[in-house]
Amino acid sequence: MTAAPITGPPPTPPAAGGRRRLPPNRRNSELLLMLFAGLLVAWFAVGAHFALLQSAGAAALVMPAMFVFLAVGGHATVRYFAPYADPVILPCVTFLNGLGVVFIARLDLGDADPEERQTLATFGDYGFRQLLWTLVAVVAFVLVLALVRDHRTLSTYAYTLALIGIVLVAIPAVLPYSLSGSGGSKLWIHTPVGSIQPGEFAKLLLLSFFAYYLVRKREVLSLASKRVLGIDFPRGRDLGPVIVVWVASLLVLVFERDLGTSLMYFGSFVAMTYIATERTSWLLIGLGLFLGGALLAYSLFSHLQIRVSVWLDPFQDPDGIGYQPIQALFGLGTGGLFGTGPGVGAADTIPVGHSDYIAAGIGEEIGLFGLSAVLVLYLVIVERGIRTALLVRDSFGKLLAAGLAFSLGLQVFVIVGGVSKLIPLTGLTTPFLSYGGSSLVANWILAALLLRISDAARRPADSSPPPAGRLSMAQTEVVRL
Amino acid sequence: MNAPLRRVSVAVMVLFGLLFLNLNYVQFLQGDYYRNHELNNRVLVQEYQRQRGNIRVARDAVATSKDTGGELRFTRTYPEGPEYAHVVGHKSIYYGDTGIEAEYDDVLSGEDPRLFVRRFTDIITGRRPVGGDVVLTLSEKAQKTAFRELGDNRGAVVALDPVTGALLTAVSTPSYDPNGLASHSSKAAKKTWNKYLKDSDKPMLNRALGEHYPPGSTFKTIVAAAALKSGYSPATMIPSGPSYTPEQTTRTITNAHPSICPESQVTLEDALRESCNTGFAQLGVELGANQVKDMAREFGFEDEDLRIPLPVAASRTGEMSDVPTVAQSSIGQRDVRMTPLQGAMIAATVANDGVRVQPHLVKEVRGPDLADILETAKEREELSRPLDGGTASALRGMMVRVVQSGTGTAAQINGVEVGGKTGTAQNAQGARDHGWFIGFAVKDGQPKVAVAVFLENFGSGGSNRATQIAGSVMKTVLEERG
Repeated sequence: MTAAPITGPPPTPPAAGGRRRLPPNRRNSELLLMLFAGLLVAWFAVGAHFALLQSAGAAALVMPAMFVFLAVGGHATVRYFAPYADPVILPCVTFLNGLGVVFIARLDLGDADPEERQTLATFGDYGFRQLLWTLVAVVAFVLVLALVRDHRTLSTYAYTLALIGIVLVAIPAVLPYSLSGSGGSKLWIHTPVGSIQPGEFAKLLLLSFFAYYLVRKREVLSLASKRVLGIDFPRGRDLGPVIVVWVASLLVLVFERDLGTSLMYFGSFVAMTYIATERTSWLLIGLGLFLGGALLAYSLFSHLQIRVSVWLDPFQDPDGIGYQPIQALFGLGTGGLFGTGPGVGAADTIPVGHSDYIAAGIGEEIGLFGLSAVLVLYLVIVERGIRTALLVRDSFGKLLAAGLAFSLGLQVFVIVGGVSKLIPLTGLTTPFLSYGGSSLVANWILAALLLRISDAARRPADSSPPPAGRLSMAQTEVVRL
Repeated sequence: MNAPLRRVSVAVMVLFGLLFLNLNYVQFLQGDYYRNHELNNRVLVQEYQRQRGNIRVARDAVATSKDTGGELRFTRTYPEGPEYAHVVGHKSIYYGDTGIEAEYDDVLSGEDPRLFVRRFTDIITGRRPVGGDVVLTLSEKAQKTAFRELGDNRGAVVALDPVTGALLTAVSTPSYDPNGLASHSSKAAKKTWNKYLKDSDKPMLNRALGEHYPPGSTFKTIVAAAALKSGYSPATMIPSGPSYTPEQTTRTITNAHPSICPESQVTLEDALRESCNTGFAQLGVELGANQVKDMAREFGFEDEDLRIPLPVAASRTGEMSDVPTVAQSSIGQRDVRMTPLQGAMIAATVANDGVRVQPHLVKEVRGPDLADILETAKEREELSRPLDGGTASALRGMMVRVVQSGTGTAAQINGVEVGGKTGTAQNAQGARDHGWFIGFAVKDGQPKVAVAVFLENFGSGGSNRATQIAGSVMKTVLEERG
């Protein structure tokens, strides 16, 4: 786009009669949607209790009620700190997180011996821990909204963020396997109190840095040199940054053995470069590099070859490497259109059913329709995020919102596609659903950032100005609607 | 930057579209394939999660579910093992269900619509869902006696209450152990299955209900019934002799021993008592195929739909188109085939004043808490009336004479009126003869029990051994039921 920058927001015609009515901020709709999400979550919990305990007392509702309390706390924060934020994102997040909590609690019940189930009825094992992580995540959400009053502040610290991000990514690679490894990948920092997956946070930091960097460099990266088949390709020396990210991603793959994270970083960066420069050539270059890297990694690493061969034929070794994908497919197939019902399926038989394979277990119990609805909620978050990017006036906000939204969508596609045998499986968490504190906290922060940007985007131009930020960074442009 | 943003938005939608398409493929189009895949034990786990009801004889369970706490939570066990195998059947993960386990699967599993309310209240009150119980009519003691007496022989014993039709004994030997087939280990179940499959004695054949054999001289009761119905009396003289060669053939019919009815004429009663082949062959020819076949049909032959509720093989009179076949068939050879249950039914009908009642194995079906009875057996359900009171009484008298002073003395019981008919049936060329006895016991004017004993290829002395077994089974029933 080549719209000439203008110096201020588009003028608003003065309202007749002096007193202006503020446009509705939709906070009440948000609250209503969140309560509805809470009802659905409670319905699942009650259903699972009926199926697994043969009765559903008040115990079934304790965790959903506590969860809704937390989520409404998040809502109150939005009311105060980001009153014009998008009203749909938070309810979607609420439902997904709540479903995750009650589903993990349902797995706790299913895993326990029938005699012990009553003791887990109120607070499951992992389910309750996930609820505690939700508390931490909501606190993080509140802190981000309270401290980051203008998303453009983040760009001030871009290099600091990048440095921290790189350090976070690198720590597990440097640490010995005993302190960072699990299941062949080295993604964690194991501490006596629990494990942290620093990559989840690094993702947010790096995306912020990418947005800053690309805004600064977009002019250069947009320069064309050669025109091939009607597509302008950038100058060779400008390929530097993308090559650096590509190499870094490969290093993650090599040292942390994590295909999913590596794919996420690179994919998000390419998409953001494309958005910033509007050059299709960057997509082709990115795709080429991805294919090259993928082929290179495939030929070098036996664990990737195994992944692909399991993907092509999971039944080659049904009791060994094929066991997980087969159980996932059985779960999805058994669920069919409508699912077995909460708690009725054999979701506990799917290995790592509370993290990587949670989508398969959920698909078994709420069926194709239910799982599709869950995916639609992700799609809604992503599309509302992109809509925020379209609406917000500054380039940094645009790129950051788009990057956050796209990375979420890509992550859902990669993990759900892997679980349902659309693509080879790469270990990634399912945002908001999977068990795990790092992922949950990081994704709530992601939601907070999206809401922060959307508040800026949707705020009426002449209502109270946003808190002072670095206005020099505010690259505004005309919004085409 | 908005144009590429919109394109990225579309790209994300395309990615999610792929997810939706793929999920439709996996969950809908391929759903049945994955659901029913042999490696997918979800449906099975669900089924074994619920405690299946018991199959009981009186108070004792002959099939029950034991909590293993494993993934397939309940395992089916058969405390009496082979003794009840052919009635109770087995429930096997790998080899399907048979017997009462299959016929009453809905009740036992708790899926029966009559258990719906119970299932619903189970959910509300948090009771563990349990299937219903099936109570059999069998007599524990008589079943044990029959199983013990048959021993290592191939054969079958069926005993029933002539008045109500309740089965008291249904044993087929050699039997098999359903516990092995119910094993949750596919290896163990397969091993058991193959062992039984390869066994030349065919232990999984249900010789009592599912197989039919040439009845030999026991079939003479049918011919005698036909004769009585057409005006003969027990004292009517019928032609006999040491041998008889029917028209149109050179194959001669003789008696089992030269001392049997060598005279040219004997009474009908003596012909039955001594089991006179030449007499009954000529009597059958005299009466004609139609009368014999009609009477057999009245007694239950040719009934392809009899279920008790286990399916029962139809007994056959076979081809009787000319004189030689009629003559041969009248002494229970040629193509005549009878199940042991049919044999017991003949004796029962004669004892029950000529009224044939529906045999049944299930006394009642109960809900899981035993208080509510969902179904009770229809007793005394009349199927047919082949003989009127007078003829039935005449035939009963003739059969009593068989046990008093004829071929069936081994079945005598002190103080009880026992009647019956022995049989020795030639079968395959070179194979040893089958031994048969069908009979009944009447005490104080009340028919108490009817029985059929079949010994496959027992050889010489088969009918006598069968008669002894019948005697001890009837005695056991009388001791138990007074």
